[in-house]
Amino acid sequence: MARINLDHIRHAYGPSPKSPSDYSLKEVHHEWNDGGAYALLGPSGCGKTTLLNIISGLLQPSEGKILFDGRDVTYLSTQDRNIAQVFQFPVIYDTMTVYDNLAFPLRNRHVPEGEVDRRVNEILEMIGLADRAKKKAQGLTADQKQKISLGRGLVRSDVSAILFDEPLTVIDPHMKWVLRSQLKRLHKQFGFTMVYVTHDQTEALTFADKVVVMYDGEIVQIGTPAELFEKPKHTFVGYFIGSPGMNVLPAKIDGSSVDLDGQKVALSFAPKIAAGAKTELGIRPEFVRLGREGMPVTISKVEDIGRQKIVRASFASRPIAIVVHEDGEIPTDPRVTFDPSAINIYANSWRVTDSLPIGGAA
Amino acid sequence: MEKTWNNKAWFMVLPVLVLVAFSAVIPLMTVVNYSVQDTFGNNEFFWAGTDWFTDVLHSDRFWDALTRNLIFSAIILAIEIPLGILIALNMPKKGLGVPVCLVLMSLPLLIPWNVVGTIWQVFGRVDIGLLGYTLAALGINYNYVNNVFDAWVTLIVMDIWHWTSLVVLLCYAGLVSIPDAYYQAAKIDGASRWSVFRYIQLPKMKRVLLIAFLLRFMDSFMIYTEPFVVTGGGPGNATTFLSIDLVKTAIGQFDLGPAAALSIIYFLIILLLSWIFYTVMTTSDAQK
Ligand SMILES: Nc1ncnc2c1ncn2[C@@H]1O[C@H](COP(=O)(O)OP(=O)(O)OP(=O)(O)O)[C@@H](O)[C@H]1O
Ligand SMILES: [Mg+2]
Repeated sequence: MARINLDHIRHAYGPSPKSPSDYSLKEVHHEWNDGGAYALLGPSGCGKTTLLNIISGLLQPSEGKILFDGRDVTYLSTQDRNIAQVFQFPVIYDTMTVYDNLAFPLRNRHVPEGEVDRRVNEILEMIGLADRAKKKAQGLTADQKQKISLGRGLVRSDVSAILFDEPLTVIDPHMKWVLRSQLKRLHKQFGFTMVYVTHDQTEALTFADKVVVMYDGEIVQIGTPAELFEKPKHTFVGYFIGSPGMNVLPAKIDGSSVDLDGQKVALSFAPKIAAGAKTELGIRPEFVRLGREGMPVTISKVEDIGRQKIVRASFASRPIAIVVHEDGEIPTDPRVTFDPSAINIYANSWRVTDSLPIGGAA
Repeated sequence: MEKTWNNKAWFMVLPVLVLVAFSAVIPLMTVVNYSVQDTFGNNEFFWAGTDWFTDVLHSDRFWDALTRNLIFSAIILAIEIPLGILIALNMPKKGLGVPVCLVLMSLPLLIPWNVVGTIWQVFGRVDIGLLGYTLAALGINYNYVNNVFDAWVTLIVMDIWHWTSLVVLLCYAGLVSIPDAYYQAAKIDGASRWSVFRYIQLPKMKRVLLIAFLLRFMDSFMIYTEPFVVTGGGPGNATTFLSIDLVKTAIGQFDLGPAAALSIIYFLIILLLSWIFYTVMTTSDAQK
């Protein structure tokens, strides 16, 4: 159990990187609290696995330092860092039994056999493979293999941190839910620092206290699920979190008023924006009100998804999504208003706060 | 899906059958024909039954040669398989070293058997060969022509030089097919170098090792050209293997009957041993 600091980490797979695009990990400077449960969320290829491998020591960062509880471990091997990691593609030792697979990390560290037995049985119980303990791992199905792979990550009780790289991809939804709650229970019981990589935002939001969103080799926002939803720091977070994602509309800002292709919207603050920055307005579909007042829209499609309806419309010649309650009516001359407190303004894709002129931040 | 039965499909395999008939079955039947008859020339043949087989199986000459064959195969397998694995494990997995190593490894395999024999025959000569001369200069009494031990060592070293590459290349193919994730997981699990070999690399090499083992067994058991070129079966009969004995009988003495019987016995031994190895190795795999 440890606090992990990533001190200006950059990583490029190729030799002699020059431009920022040569870096798979652009610059990560972040502290993971001791005992925190983090979800790492981001699209494919954004550097999630790279970041985990750097933390666990499978990969040496091109630049920067890694500290565990303040101690520099940048040049320590994986073994010395004492980290458990569950891989994206399940790895099992074919010739061993299920039991031996799980016991392997413990036996390699010369844990007494009695303790091994106790831990392995506990994990077998948890992943629901107790009845197959003595079977060869070879003939198992893909989801059983993934469970073993997960189990091997959880079997050690003395690790600094556990890193999960999309550990439940081939497991069915119900079992996924069961295992996720087990992970949370283990987290409470042992207080491991946990980092959980996933593509799936529901998974991220239910697992973690803090969600870390990565985009194109950078961490774009770290926050609670509510923060990510209400105040996405970057338009990407707006798109990526929430279903459907945030509406982002090109906007001209003039003091505290916004011009959306001829439609004026008043803001509750006057954003300060650097000259020449590309400005946009972000509003979540949940905070767009459809009614007989406000700005005109043209509805193209209504999707009924149970308790809500998603209205796809065209606003100021841009597509916009609107969430309407299941028995909310859809007027014949539809108009929309935006909830002023839910409006976010972006300059060069980064969120602008009223007091800070962030403009060209990157 | 419903299977369609169409007997015309047999015509498709007909060319292969004809080819196999001419290249294997007909010559084999000729040998069988010889093995059960006796001839004194003039194309006159007499029925000999199983006499030749009984003769061969009762001769010391046969059993001595067979023993030599078995010892030779056992020695080269015991050396080439572990050595091949060891070299494959230490070959580079990426970079410029890969093609360089692969070409170096393939070189011995590309040289014809008799050339290999000639190379070593000259190499080992005490008067003009680099190896023989150097050893003699160092005061080591080395002479593959007179000394039984030296003759065997020469043949074994020659075979290792010629064929270890095959084992290496097969093992290497098995090794490079292992995804990186396995090695990463092993690091996380704190596995030792030995455990990585035992639980990751060896299981992945198992199939190719079986092939390597069978190929090297069959090939070494049928060894002919190299001892023929280097030692001619001597000193005495010390390196007279079954194949050399067979040729001596058939061509040297023109005893076609016994030679044919010996051929068939030889063929059956190889078939039987290969089958035993294959069965043992694959069933032990299935049980685990
Ligand atoms: N071994 C490697 N050699 C070269 N480039 C690599 C290597 N591994 C990853 N990359 C590149 O680094 C970038 C980040 O990859 P990474 O695997 O970290 O992404 P990821 O976020 O884990 O994606 P996914 O969700 O698909 O697993 C990608 O552009 C990828 O092509
Ligand atoms: Mg990944």
